[in-house]
Amino acid sequence: MRRPGNALLLLGLLAAVAASFIWLEIDLGALFGADSLRQMGDYAGGFLSPDLSAAHLQATGRGALETLAMSAIGTLLAAGLGLLLALPASGRCGLLATSVARLLLNALRAIPELVWAALMVLAAGLGPNAGTLALALHTAGVLGRLFAEALENTPGEPAEAVRLAGGGRIAAFCYGTLPGVWPQLLAYTLYRWENNIRMASVLGFVGAGGLGQMLYLSLSLFQEAQASTVILAMLLLVLGVDALSGWGRQRWVSA
Amino acid sequence: MLTLAVPRDPAALPRLLLTALALALLWPGLSLSELDLGVLLHGDSAATMGNFVAAFWPPEHGREFLDLLGRATLETLAIATAGMSLALLVALPAALLASRALSLSALHRGGRPAWWGALLRWPVRGLLIVLRSVPEIVWALLFVRAVGLGPSAGVLAIAITYAGMLGKVYAEIFESVDPRPARALLGSGSPRLVAFLYGILPNAAAEMLSYTVYRWECAIRASVVMGFVGAGGLGQQIDLSMRMFAGGEVASMLLTFFLLVLLADQLSRLLRGRLT
Repeated sequence: MRRPGNALLLLGLLAAVAASFIWLEIDLGALFGADSLRQMGDYAGGFLSPDLSAAHLQATGRGALETLAMSAIGTLLAAGLGLLLALPASGRCGLLATSVARLLLNALRAIPELVWAALMVLAAGLGPNAGTLALALHTAGVLGRLFAEALENTPGEPAEAVRLAGGGRIAAFCYGTLPGVWPQLLAYTLYRWENNIRMASVLGFVGAGGLGQMLYLSLSLFQEAQASTVILAMLLLVLGVDALSGWGRQRWVSA
Repeated sequence: MLTLAVPRDPAALPRLLLTALALALLWPGLSLSELDLGVLLHGDSAATMGNFVAAFWPPEHGREFLDLLGRATLETLAIATAGMSLALLVALPAALLASRALSLSALHRGGRPAWWGALLRWPVRGLLIVLRSVPEIVWALLFVRAVGLGPSAGVLAIAITYAGMLGKVYAEIFESVDPRPARALLGSGSPRLVAFLYGILPNAAAEMLSYTVYRWECAIRASVVMGFVGAGGLGQQIDLSMRMFAGGEVASMLLTFFLLVLLADQLSRLLRGRLT
């Protein structure tokens, strides 16, 4: 019974692929024709000699630092906001607060970072501030949900014991609940920071500062050599973060 | 009665020091990122933003606009699908070249290829790494400059990034399945492609399919975002409407985006369930 259904499904997939090429009216022949390939080759040739002058390297380094700062501060803000929203979302403050907080978290998370960045550029002006806020808002949605789940899954006995011994609600949370979930919260935050470094380097395309804005500007001015340096910096940043997190994970997490 | 002052929290000092260290490291970041929350509450920008957000309701639903929206949505879907199929065309041969599973020299060495075999595989692996390490939106920006505004740039960007990812993952899947059938075929003298088709593919197909469908879902999300640099689809329309401060249009397009992501999620679950 499964076989004919699967054959139909595969036919449907092939039809969908063909339909999308036809719908987009992409002329693959013209795209990969000699003329257009030569043009692309000329364009790509400009990237082969990156601009390694001291002044530009310094500017790129500053852009990379700005990207790192945006991601770090954005993630930190997001962790704070996420924790604030996770407390009601994990069902500690009544049913109404739970559903409101969950709705808010879903909305924050569902809008991609780049859309948030475009909105924040409208609200807060060009520059890294907008990028930081955009990262903070989207990541707050993601972290808030993860935090809420972690808080829900943590055993309640320690907090209850503190309460029964006469401690207040805040003391019960700080000394009963938090120590148990803290490593998990930290792991989630670090993981999102890693993602955010990658994201922060492209948020600049809509004017939100960092390496992305440099790349966008130099591409707009047809300065391929400068753009190529910025792309190299992005690559180094991404590969560096990957290597560092891989090493850290092996060293601390799975050991 | 204890007269001795017992420290209430024995871990307080290290925690305090760690916090101070983190703050000292983050302080320059604060100035570098020019963080200024006050700007959001500043009269002028708050009013502009307020007007913009107030226009979100009701979402634009004029006949003409819905037409445009439908076309942009279809374009997004088409970009993702076409990009994925081009990516597959590149990824499959690249994975075959990069994988150690079909190495002849590895047959007699307990699965470790000879040095010249590894040397030949490294360029392909390096190419795949470069393809997937540059974010797709950067590729999109580059292609918009090279082939002009419109969906072609999006398709090429998805094709290139996803070729890198799929190629790497396929190569790893080939290496992770049971190597004995392929080794037996290779050892008895069958060509490599036949050994792949009959020795590896039957075991690897399910995992490959499920990963491909998952990536297609990611491609839909990516193609929306790539529109912001002019690569066609829903993202380009969102960007245009945002620049014109047309809140209603932005609202209905964001809603469409959510629906699209939900739909893609469901569809990919269905496909994975049926095909694997």
